[in-house]
Parts: sequence; structure tokens; C-alpha cells
Amino acid sequence: MTIFNNKKNIVIIDLGISNVQSVLRAFNFFEQNVKISDNIKDLNEASHLVLPGVGSFEKGIKSLIEKNLHDTLLNLVEIKNIPILGICLGMQLFATYGFENNVKTKGLNLIQGEVIKIKEIDDIRIPHVGWNNVNFLKKNSILINVEDNSNYYFTHSYHLNCLQKEDVVAEANYGLDFVSIIGKKNIYGVQFHPEKSLKSGIKILDNFSKINA
Amino acid sequence: MLKIRIIPTILYDEFKMVKGVNFNSWRTVGNIIQAIRIYKIREVDELILMDISATNKKKKINLELIKDISEDSFMPLTFGGGINNIEQISQIIKNGADKVSINTAATKDLDLIYKASNNFGSQCIVVSIDYKVENNEMVIYSNSGEQRTKLNIIDYIKSVEEAGAGEILLTSIDKEGTMTGYDLKTIKYVSDNSKLPIIASGGCGKPQDMVDLVKKAKVSGLAAASMYHFTHYTPNDAKKNLENNGFPVRVKSI
Repeated sequence: MTIFNNKKNIVIIDLGISNVQSVLRAFNFFEQNVKISDNIKDLNEASHLVLPGVGSFEKGIKSLIEKNLHDTLLNLVEIKNIPILGICLGMQLFATYGFENNVKTKGLNLIQGEVIKIKEIDDIRIPHVGWNNVNFLKKNSILINVEDNSNYYFTHSYHLNCLQKEDVVAEANYGLDFVSIIGKKNIYGVQFHPEKSLKSGIKILDNFSKINA
Repeated sequence: MLKIRIIPTILYDEFKMVKGVNFNSWRTVGNIIQAIRIYKIREVDELILMDISATNKKKKINLELIKDISEDSFMPLTFGGGINNIEQISQIIKNGADKVSINTAATKDLDLIYKASNNFGSQCIVVSIDYKVENNEMVIYSNSGEQRTKLNIIDYIKSVEEAGAGEILLTSIDKEGTMTGYDLKTIKYVSDNSKLPIIASGGCGKPQDMVDLVKKAKVSGLAAASMYHFTHYTPNDAKKNLENNGFPVRVKSI
């Protein structure tokens, strides 16, 4: 029971497919009780979970399964209500399905929706890479003292489409408006990289770490 | 709206920050660690670091340096110079870089780009292209401008795109270090014929040079080095000028 244990223990889940060090360093800016792990025991002891990642949806899910973390993660998030923050691909993995090169892969289904390629309309180049402003649609714990329309660093070719509009906290525009922050109970996700977005990014991580389970 | 990125480039050899003209007559313009510290304080959009002698001297990648730089830097970092295999890329990323820039190795074998994008994602792979204009033809050079290739630039960009590159860093050797403005014509031509985000490089000497380019060509990033080393202009000055001319940039540090 986390209620008897106020000590923070943030665990960054290592899928082995991306640079998780920079996420650790960003958390370390304000919090020392953070570690990178792909060990079930560590996950079970976490007060907060972070799922970062870049790259392929299929590889991300495969990695969770191969590391035996898939079901543990669902149990911690859905049954034990441990707060989780998905970053970039990490957020996308929360979806019901991911589509890549016409291959459909089952996601964690924590958020109803699917992950599809960014549409190449007009001047839109893929990947969507660079700083873009994020429009807040509603309040959320991770946005406390963060200014609406702040710029964040994005780099992705796919985006999440939420089936339930109430899960969408913020959007950004790249040809079309797309989901850039999600929030549903203890589940949080950002399409951009807070760890690469200077002060406004650090603030989001800080806010997340202050959420009580 | 997506902002145009203003990207300082740091070229180095060992720990010396260097700058040349037309990829020649390199001179030391400072210490790389100090330069990076200043860019961090200025909260620039992104940084590109290039080891200019890595390929030709067959140097080992300085992972310690990458680690030190990324330690307290909460902005995107691209690292390039001498990269020619997957293991190196993996090490570079593990030590804190977000993207790698590959030049010579890509001109020899696209398999590396294919494998790298497959392993680490396209967003991680920048293909750097150095070119000269000779008799109205664009000629691609590898090995820090030393080796002339027979690649056709448009075909080449199409093939790196198919192999999974996420961005193109396009550098005019003729313009590099001259501070006489970007090569507007070629950059426009390449951008019009490519679907990838383009970072333009070579020739920027004043903020207005950036405006002149973005008025003409669709670019995603504007790289510059000499302007920041040799004039009083800062990345923020460049952005303010772009903003005053109606182009989207990230001016506030929020």
C-alpha cells in the first residue's frame, strides 16, 4: 500500500530501444529517487512509472513482452493505480492498436485509440521534428504552473488518435491538430520529449513526480 | 505551429572548437566545453556537434565527451563525425545524444542508414550531405569535403529517404565559413525535390541571411557557426529577426 510509504521511487522502464539516460538526468534535476530498470521487482516497488521510448510501436510492445513486463505493467497501472507517464512512443504504446507499414499491433489498451502515421498534406514533412506549441484543452495535474501554448520538442512520424475525447488534455498542430498530451485517471502521456524541452519540460516531469498514488 | 529551428553548429577536433572556410584552413576559435556551456545558458533550440577529423584520422568516437555534454543539457543534441557502424550509434545514443549525423559512411553504403533507422527510429538518423556547385552541377563530397563522389543529389536524397533517414543536413562547401549568405538556389532546389525536413548550413553571416533563405526555400532548421563565433549576433538575435519578418520561431524560453 503506497499510502503508508510516502517515499518517492520513480522507475523509468528501460525497453532497451532508446536513450533513457536523458530522461533520468532530467528527473535528477529535481529528484534523486529515480532509477532505470527493466526488472519486475523494481517496477512493483515503484511509486511512479515512466515509459519512455522512440521508434517502432511493434518493437516497443515486443520488448515489453520479451522482458516479461507487459502484464506487470497493466496490473500496476490498472489495479494498483500507480501513476504512469508515457513519453513519445511510450504514450503511443498505451493505445489499443498501432499501425505501422500496414501492420496492426496490439497495444496496452490503457487508452482507447490507435496510432497512425502523420498525414502528408501540403507542406507537411515527416517526421514532425522540432519545437511546436501545445494548446491545453483542459486542466491536468502535470500542467500545474505550465503556461498554455508553451513550446515542446517533438520528433515522431506517428500520432495517437483517441477514441474518447475526454482523454485528450492538449493538442498541437502539424497540418492537422493531433493529440500531444493525454490524461485519464492515473495515466498520463506526452507525445513530445519533456526531457529535451528545457524548463517547461522539466516542469511537467516535476509535476508528474508530485502526483500522489 | 512548428517553429523553424535555429541550430548552432560546433565543429571540433579533440577539444578545440574550430572553424574553417570552404572546409579548409581550420583555425581554433575556442574551447568546445565553454562554447557548449554558453549555448546551454542561452537555451538554444538544438545543437549539432561535429568531429571534423574523425573519418579521415579514423578516430574513435569520444563517448566521454558526449556524456559530459549531455549531462545537464535538456535540449536535443546531434552528434556527427566518423560514424560507420551500428554499435557506435548505439553507444552514442546511450551516452546521451538524441540524433546521429552520418555523412561519409552513407555515401558508401546505405545499408547503415537502413539498419540504423530500423534499430533506433528515423527520428534519430540525420544524413549530412556536403556539396559543391561545379559547372552548374551539384557534386556531393565525402570525407570532410576531400573526396568527390559521383552521386546525383536528388537520387541520393530519395535513396536515403527510402533507407529511413529522418532529416537532411545540407552543407554548401563553397559557402561554408564565408559568411556571405546561404546558397539559396541549391537549397531551394533540394528542398523542393525532397520530402524530408532539411537543415540548411553554410554561409550564414548575419540574421538577415536566414530571412533571405526562408523567404525562398522551405527549410526546417537553420544551422550556423561563424556568425556566432565571429560577430556579436546570438541565436536569439537571429530568432527575433525571423519573428519580425513573420516566421515562426521559439523566442521565449517557455
